[in-house]
Amino acid sequence: MSERFFPNSMPPPMANTTMLPWWQAASEHRLCVQECQSCRHTRFPPSPICPECRSDAAEWKDVPGRGEVYTYTIIHRPIAAEQELPYVVAVIALEDSGGLRMISNLVGVAPEDVEIGMKVEVVWEDMSDDLAVPRFRAVG
Amino acid sequence: MSARKAHIVGVGESKYTRWGKIGDISEHALACQAIGRAVEDAGLSMNDVDGLASFAEDRNEAVFLAADLGLPTLRFGNMVWMPGGGGGCAAVANAAMAVETGQAEVVVVYRSLCQGQFFRFGTGGIDASVPGDLAPPTLVQTDSMMIASMGFSMPYGLLMAAAAYALPTRRHMHLYGTTYEQLGAIAVTFRDHASRNPRAVMGERPMTMDDYMAAPMIADPHRLFDCCLESDGACAVVVTTEERARDLAKGPVEILASEQGCPKGYAFGPFTNANISDDLYATGGTEEMAGRLWGKAGLGPKDVDVAQLYDHFTGCVVMLVEDYGFCARGEGGPFVESGALSVNGGSLPTNTHGGSLSEAYIHGLNHVVEGVRALRDESTSPVENAEVCLVTSAACVPSSAVLLGRK
Repeated sequence: MSERFFPNSMPPPMANTTMLPWWQAASEHRLCVQECQSCRHTRFPPSPICPECRSDAAEWKDVPGRGEVYTYTIIHRPIAAEQELPYVVAVIALEDSGGLRMISNLVGVAPEDVEIGMKVEVVWEDMSDDLAVPRFRAVG
Repeated sequence: MSARKAHIVGVGESKYTRWGKIGDISEHALACQAIGRAVEDAGLSMNDVDGLASFAEDRNEAVFLAADLGLPTLRFGNMVWMPGGGGGCAAVANAAMAVETGQAEVVVVYRSLCQGQFFRFGTGGIDASVPGDLAPPTLVQTDSMMIASMGFSMPYGLLMAAAAYALPTRRHMHLYGTTYEQLGAIAVTFRDHASRNPRAVMGERPMTMDDYMAAPMIADPHRLFDCCLESDGACAVVVTTEERARDLAKGPVEILASEQGCPKGYAFGPFTNANISDDLYATGGTEEMAGRLWGKAGLGPKDVDVAQLYDHFTGCVVMLVEDYGFCARGEGGPFVESGALSVNGGSLPTNTHGGSLSEAYIHGLNHVVEGVRALRDESTSPVENAEVCLVTSAACVPSSAVLLGRK
């Protein structure tokens, strides 16, 4: 099991059948986006058809798990029991993803040192045997 | 058509309190009370009402209200899909469409919120003070798209609206140099307006910029008073045709134009969607809609005498004044800091009731109520000779707006 950053009391991910494969890949520490097999447009979160060409043919494409902070907030109120405060929620612009972003956390960085444009990389937190959640930490 | 042009002819509300303080009367009964007061204000009888409209998963279904209010018939029962605070003006717009097209004659738009009777917004029903079941969490499968849409924000602890809307606000600060003090100017101005409003929950709690800056940080850049209140209360507005409006108790207010919607790919907005296009991310997402609204009315920002802008968070107000063209993109901070929003000499007196920050949080339907009062000379912070009032629903979610005009 990996280093832990958040307690077990955090809200679990919730997924419908379209989204389940993303979390299955996450459990293997693979960060994915969907790629349209018709027009190559990438998309995230997972959705049933391509919003550009409306094809329903899509494949899961691994992305490198590097990126930079697009925006962030430092949260001073707990949403779950036994949570360390404050904590950082950030929007990460993902490299080599076709310009996609995802919401995640920054870990291992002092909140006052967070800034937009900061380079980050994924760090997987194994919440249980079959659930891993991607967080991000500063690089360089 | 003109004889059927939609007008607002009555407004009403229950008492407003802090969240969880109304327990002696059900949320449904509170809706009945507000609807009754609005109908009475119009000089109408419940026997005249044949339509009910609300928004955003209202718990108080029109069919039960119609039964308990004794409506002779329910011809129009309508719910807007725009989430949370985005749909209040759209509910008014739908009521207007119903009366203008003859689907109904008198439609009451309502909102009732008693969070203490259900659960507190922004918690997901989780009580963080109680140590939880410490078993390792596992993936939860759901068939609900609404629940699934939260599945890429909640696991990261993004659940509280104050944190969600901090994300576009922080980006706005980064791009344009918007400051904490500029956000604070909004909170202080609306509190001043509330100080004259006996309905305002914070009416007797004056606030200076020092008070604002001293308040605890909730989700940076949002301090406590950047966040709207959490309230219990209900309000309602009555919409009917020009023909019916002519003979009623008070001067009717015309619905000059309305719009609702969201840009491509917007979904729930930045709360759950990190992939709003870069040119829209640090905006309210309502600029295109605002353009349609102005075009439909044949009016522009310079024609607005008073505004009621949805203020769930101060940063969202900065984005709204930019979206609606009251200043250029990126200049919302200096605009609000100049005192523009104050009834005391500002160029755009805004939230003359105190807004969601200081009157009450009734998902912005109270902003429509205040818009009507502002054009009837009934506001406690009056704007002399106001002819045109812009009312908007929330920024950073699919939204809606109405332009109101004095007859």
